[in-house]
Amino acid sequence: MVHLHFELREGIIVASKSLVEICFHGRGGQGAVTAANLLASAALQDGNKGVQAFPLFGAERRGAPVRAFARISEEEIHLRSEIYNPDIVIVLDESIMEIVDVLKGVKPSGKILINTRKKPQDFEFSKQYHVATVDATGIALKYDILVGGIPVVNTPILGSVPKILNRVTLKSIQQAINSKWTTKKELIERNVNATQDAFDQTEVNF
Amino acid sequence: MTIMMDTGNRIAAKAAVMARPEVVAAYPITPQTTLVEAIAEYVANGEFKGEYICVESEHSAMCACIGASAAGSRTFTATSSHGLLLMHEMLHWAALARLPVVMCNINRVIGPGWNIWVDENDSISQRDTGWIQIYCSSNQEIYDTVIQAFKLAEHQKIVLPVMVNLNAFILSHTSMPAEIPDQQTVDDFLGKYTPHWKLDIDNPTTFGNIIGPEYYFKIRRAMQEAQMNAKHLIPQIAKDWKKASGYFHGDLFEYYKCDDAEHILLSMGAIGAESKIAIDELQEAGHKVGLARLRVFRPFPTEEVRKLGKQANLIVIDRNISIGSEGALFNEVKAALYGESEAKATGFIAGLGGKDVTYKDIETMCQKAIQGTAKEQVWYGMEE
Repeated sequence: MVHLHFELREGIIVASKSLVEICFHGRGGQGAVTAANLLASAALQDGNKGVQAFPLFGAERRGAPVRAFARISEEEIHLRSEIYNPDIVIVLDESIMEIVDVLKGVKPSGKILINTRKKPQDFEFSKQYHVATVDATGIALKYDILVGGIPVVNTPILGSVPKILNRVTLKSIQQAINSKWTTKKELIERNVNATQDAFDQTEVNF
Repeated sequence: MTIMMDTGNRIAAKAAVMARPEVVAAYPITPQTTLVEAIAEYVANGEFKGEYICVESEHSAMCACIGASAAGSRTFTATSSHGLLLMHEMLHWAALARLPVVMCNINRVIGPGWNIWVDENDSISQRDTGWIQIYCSSNQEIYDTVIQAFKLAEHQKIVLPVMVNLNAFILSHTSMPAEIPDQQTVDDFLGKYTPHWKLDIDNPTTFGNIIGPEYYFKIRRAMQEAQMNAKHLIPQIAKDWKKASGYFHGDLFEYYKCDDAEHILLSMGAIGAESKIAIDELQEAGHKVGLARLRVFRPFPTEEVRKLGKQANLIVIDRNISIGSEGALFNEVKAALYGESEAKATGFIAGLGGKDVTYKDIETMCQKAIQGTAKEQVWYGMEE
């Protein structure tokens, strides 16, 4: 059985027994599904036996709000249903928050990671939730991670995740990026550097 | 041995290619598309060395598989929903011609109204075609079952096509880790395919010609015997694969915490995995309830259901409905129990059209059945 017991240790979630559920919010084409997959792969690398990554089931349109999900557990995961009460919410596109309630169902102990130039305390809900911020768009531009001239934020923002979840290491995230694009050495290097930069730049209110 | 972290579809494709079919013929349909795309990638990178035939419809896909199999080739295809329905005539053909084609079907809703999510009406509506039907609940099970399906289909005591079913999106598009054995392990397990019969220009014979009632009767009887043989061979092959790979997901059923159970839940597909959490919670709350996840729907495990009926009352969840009757699994479970058991059976229809079925839903269904407050057959979530 999957128990949900969380404790806070120096501001970092320590899931004493297993399951962490993560919800990515983004727009079609921003790579939310890829981000969920990379994060789950990294978590597997870090010794979490049960990992899952899945899209919101159905069709996607470029630019429309999309969600993707990941589960990370020390044990095999038997859950096959959707995620209704995430422990962590990752917002790839700040403007989504005007049209989608990204806090819907989030556990009281939940953490919200946002791609933004603002600080955690700039968000009203930071009084209630743990909030982490990083300028993933700025980092994507800095490292020239672009598709069709548009900054791709899904890999940079993953660099911030180890700051709020100690079950995944930056090293494994970088390894996951490495094995996804094995043939494109130069691209990998830029993505890996971007994750390091995101890790260093992440600000938290806890 | 490597760990592959990928979707059910891509892991099914990996298994199919590692079984070294000589021919794959397929037509894309959501949500099967990424499976056949993955096989196309294996063609491009040289990992798949067989013939990959892009056809113009699913009917043609199955025809091409029938032709290739009749010529003595190991053959694979994949489809879903309306694609499977378009194959219907040729599904009968493949089974009656005793051709060991292996196919993945991604369980998807039938329209209209148009819907690409999961339920099992597509494959359930093909239950009388003579195909062996297996239902998976995890990506690891998909890999292991596709490999075993070839062994099963080609076994000289079976020689029937096998359909490996995986739920749309919940499995087809969900990434989970699966351990992939090395090629040698798969080669050793499957061996070289020796066709039971084949079209051979050096030994000309005729197949599928006009025959009278007496011989036709024998053909049907032989198919039935082959399916009955599968009841013994599926557990044997599962055991052999466990020896080769270390993985075992059950045989006809996967039993979970059934010791001392006074109520046993029967479910299949992804609901079968989610059910384990419901059973854990119900047992923790003091209920004597266990799970029998049905893996094999054809041949139907009649004897095993009777055994369960001697031990406990049965709770059945169907993600399908035989309109005008009831859920297909519920229907068959009751038929198996007839005259053999006093067990009470309660059936639930749940998750049609892709409606999510959570472990909390499964707990609620079990509790209703245990308390005896459920009617014989309940449409879960719309009782009002």
